[in-house]
Amino acid sequence: MVLNWKIGGPLLGVVFFLAVLLVQPIGVSTQFVVADGILWQQYEPGIITQTDDGAWTSSNAYLAKYADNVANPLNYGFIFVAAMMGGALLSSIAFGRIPLRERFSPALWSANFRTGWIGRWVIAFFGGVLVLYGARMAGGCTSGHMMSGMMQTAVSGYLFAFGAFLTAFPTARMLLKKEA
Amino acid sequence: MEIALAIGLGALFGLMLERIGATDPNWIGRMLNLTNTHLMKTIFMAIGTASILMFGGQMLGLVEVGHMSVKEIHVGVLLGGAILGIGWAIAGYCPGTGVCAAATGRLDALFFIAGGLIGAGAYALSYPFWEQVGFLNGEKWTIGEIPGADYPAVLPGLPFTGDMLGIAIGIAFILIAILLPRRLVGKAAPVTDAKAEPAE
Repeated sequence: MVLNWKIGGPLLGVVFFLAVLLVQPIGVSTQFVVADGILWQQYEPGIITQTDDGAWTSSNAYLAKYADNVANPLNYGFIFVAAMMGGALLSSIAFGRIPLRERFSPALWSANFRTGWIGRWVIAFFGGVLVLYGARMAGGCTSGHMMSGMMQTAVSGYLFAFGAFLTAFPTARMLLKKEA
Repeated sequence: MEIALAIGLGALFGLMLERIGATDPNWIGRMLNLTNTHLMKTIFMAIGTASILMFGGQMLGLVEVGHMSVKEIHVGVLLGGAILGIGWAIAGYCPGTGVCAAATGRLDALFFIAGGLIGAGAYALSYPFWEQVGFLNGEKWTIGEIPGADYPAVLPGLPFTGDMLGIAIGIAFILIAILLPRRLVGKAAPVTDAKAEPAE
């Protein structure tokens, strides 16, 4: 059972506030690039290289921006996301169990797609491709742009939210017609 | 010290995402197909609360203005947001909720993460193109002028500071959360539907 919005909303807001108070605004999607860099390095050592002044860079122009974090994964942003997973795991153990069928395919998708759980996995995969491609182009995701951005009165946060809901609402209205 | 904060804040964030239902694609889907705005109310409340606390703290000198980090606004924000929106609706996950959902044992979220790694990698490869067409150039605008920060303001010369404007917008977000109808399309959800009405 999820927390009511009157309680869950302010508590989530306090977490976003604490992050700004103590360190920096919350963001997640950058860490997908860092993870890519770490994996890329396994297959192609030398994709990131150290310059004479000790900083890291890469032959890929985009990865170069995050090369320092790829070289040193024990940095704030990467540990933050790892800790998020820990927090979510503890919460799900403490407060509620997810039924096995739900773990394979969420009820709303099972009701709307006749593709079984393998179909759901394919859908989730392609959704992931679009979500992270878009997030990196925008320079942030729901956490970094929408929540952290709008709380700081950043205009980019509003533009991002407008763009995201502009497509998300019609897509969901078309695909998720049945309720569950 | 910073690593300890990363662990503490990250764990709290993951815990809250799970507790508000954001790691459950069903709640995301019900929000996006407009049949249950509970999660949207939660998010409006959260942004409003965070905004009031942060700008209030900055006015009182308790919060370091330098901790703010405003992102650039450019064509890519709109286009990228629109691409993300499609994926968000078909998967029911966004980057943060996807990794947390995988941690709670949702197997489909693992495929979302795999797709996300491919998507982020594809972007890294296509980045020079987007930069070349000028989609990524922009400034870090805020709505009002924030004392102590040098972000350009969309509305300069207001009779009040950007901090006060931030608090006012925060209050507006909380009002939206309160006034937003639970359901925006179709018939009202049956009262007997336990899922539609989380306990107070």
